[in-house]
Amino acid sequence: MLVNRLVLGVSTLAAALGLAMLVWILGDVAIKGAASLNRDFFTELPAPPGMEGGGLANAIVGTLIMTGVAAAIAVPFGVFAGTWLSEFGRESRLGEMVRYFSDILVSAPSIVVGVFVYIVMVKTMGHFSGWAGAVSLAIIMLPVVSRTTEEMLKLVPHELREAALALGAPYWKVMLQVIYRAAVSGMITGIMLSVARVAGETAPLLFTALNSPYWADGLNEPMGNLTVTLFNYAMSPYDDWHAKAWGAAFLITMTVLAVTITTRLVLRKRRSAP
Amino acid sequence: MRATHHPKPAIAPGPARGKYSPTVGAGSQTDDMSTSTRQSAGKPWGDAVFRGATLAFAIGILALFAAMIAALWHESLPALHKFGFSFLTSAAWNPVKDDFGAVIPMVGTLLSTALAMLIAVPLSIGVALFLAELAPEWLKAPFGTAIELLAAIPSIVYGMWGLFVLAPVMADHVQPWLASHFGFLPLFKGAPMGIGMLTAGLVLALMILPFIASVTRDVFLMVPKNLKEAAYGMGATTWEVVRDVMIPYGKKGIVGAIFLGMGRALGETMAVTFVIGNAYHLSWSLFAPGNSIASTLANEFTEADSDVYLASLIELGLVLFLMTFIVLGLAQLWLKRGVAGGGKP
Repeated sequence: MLVNRLVLGVSTLAAALGLAMLVWILGDVAIKGAASLNRDFFTELPAPPGMEGGGLANAIVGTLIMTGVAAAIAVPFGVFAGTWLSEFGRESRLGEMVRYFSDILVSAPSIVVGVFVYIVMVKTMGHFSGWAGAVSLAIIMLPVVSRTTEEMLKLVPHELREAALALGAPYWKVMLQVIYRAAVSGMITGIMLSVARVAGETAPLLFTALNSPYWADGLNEPMGNLTVTLFNYAMSPYDDWHAKAWGAAFLITMTVLAVTITTRLVLRKRRSAP
Repeated sequence: MRATHHPKPAIAPGPARGKYSPTVGAGSQTDDMSTSTRQSAGKPWGDAVFRGATLAFAIGILALFAAMIAALWHESLPALHKFGFSFLTSAAWNPVKDDFGAVIPMVGTLLSTALAMLIAVPLSIGVALFLAELAPEWLKAPFGTAIELLAAIPSIVYGMWGLFVLAPVMADHVQPWLASHFGFLPLFKGAPMGIGMLTAGLVLALMILPFIASVTRDVFLMVPKNLKEAAYGMGATTWEVVRDVMIPYGKKGIVGAIFLGMGRALGETMAVTFVIGNAYHLSWSLFAPGNSIASTLANEFTEADSDVYLASLIELGLVLFLMTFIVLGLAQLWLKRGVAGGGKP
């Protein structure tokens, strides 16, 4: 009985500790971050080192652009790959292999993805660029999108495919007009979760998009972004930059959490009411 | 009280910060319809194109993986030629003399990961237990969501919080306390600077805890109710039910979750880079600053000014990739074996 009490106590304590950490971290981010958000933060360019004021407008826009481009690359790629896995490659050897390596890629170190893109894009083009940043983010999104698509398509009952095929429609038409439609909300959920994840990624951008304190003149040059800016500012000796770093942390965290919570709610609703 | 003859639960090796639903009703009888039944309908070339296109993208994932290994290997050739195998056994890191070895970052990566696992694994099993078994019903869902949210916070935020909030606490309170009570151990000697291996391990532990905890909770929830109730009915205490029914039943999933968490900790960059201290120097003390492979890459990659320097950094990246590949690969195989061992309809 004593052991029982002890284990239960420790378990409850561990849970309380977990919750306390969440409150501690989110509390710090919210209090310190919200204090440094003002209109300039969203509309002004960064101030020169050591100067007060300025904002992170270019970094916010840069992060949005690169995340958007990454999604534009990874979503079609991942949806196609996931479609093959669900529709044609379920029991096959090749399907097993693709699944296996996708699952490893999902958790592969994101900084190595950065090194890879540095080699194939930055080094060959001769300069850092927004494109390279977007491609690294896309590589990180890809396996998540592909596996989620596969899972969501597998949830669509086979009878639906058979019914549509029996009407004489070719398979690709069945997929486009029936099956994707049935799975679309789940697929969007997966895509949103992967977007939320890469929006907070830093490591793959460090030596692909680099960073920049100016408005980018297209994706062909180094591009300012929130996460690398946060890193540089937090490591700097300036108090004003530290405050801005907290502001950036607040913005990123709240966006990611908002997307995560919303998609989870949507998913739960969809599952409970089929 | 053994439960091993029941179908084993298989956790779905989930994406980054969420979880896949288990595949429901992925029947296998009707799988061949894609090849046979549709040939009669519509234009067959449309389907051939569709199938070929999707196949090309699926193979694209494999090609991407192969390209990553090939590119990293090819670009680390200058270092491979210069240092050969001794790269893995040398503790040198001297950009001025172009002399590099992987030992210090590798030790840093392994040590910070080991510390993180030591802290995170027991805690996350405790959290999972609370979420699955002990918490009152009304608390389970919100608490579970809170833990999952902890997993969604970007790692750079953990790192920054570690640097600005946790490191001062460590320097002022935790490390002096450890030094005065356990200072006779070489592990807890040295100046309490706040940043260093111990703090890095702690931040890493915080990062992987919610991931391991939420997967383990899912595994615990898959234990059939009647199994647990039978055990309770025989007068077992909660702890006995956990030890003799739930943990044996979910062993496979729990071990898989731990391995996946470990793979993540090995490659984590931002949470570590802020607080590890970035020093090339081996020490018995956990208070001492160190370096991990990922933090070395993050700090020095854009500053590498010679070919050998850059190649050495890329070779470090290759070493890290292979390390995580082994850990994650084993985890996936382990989990697959779990599926093959039982649950298939």
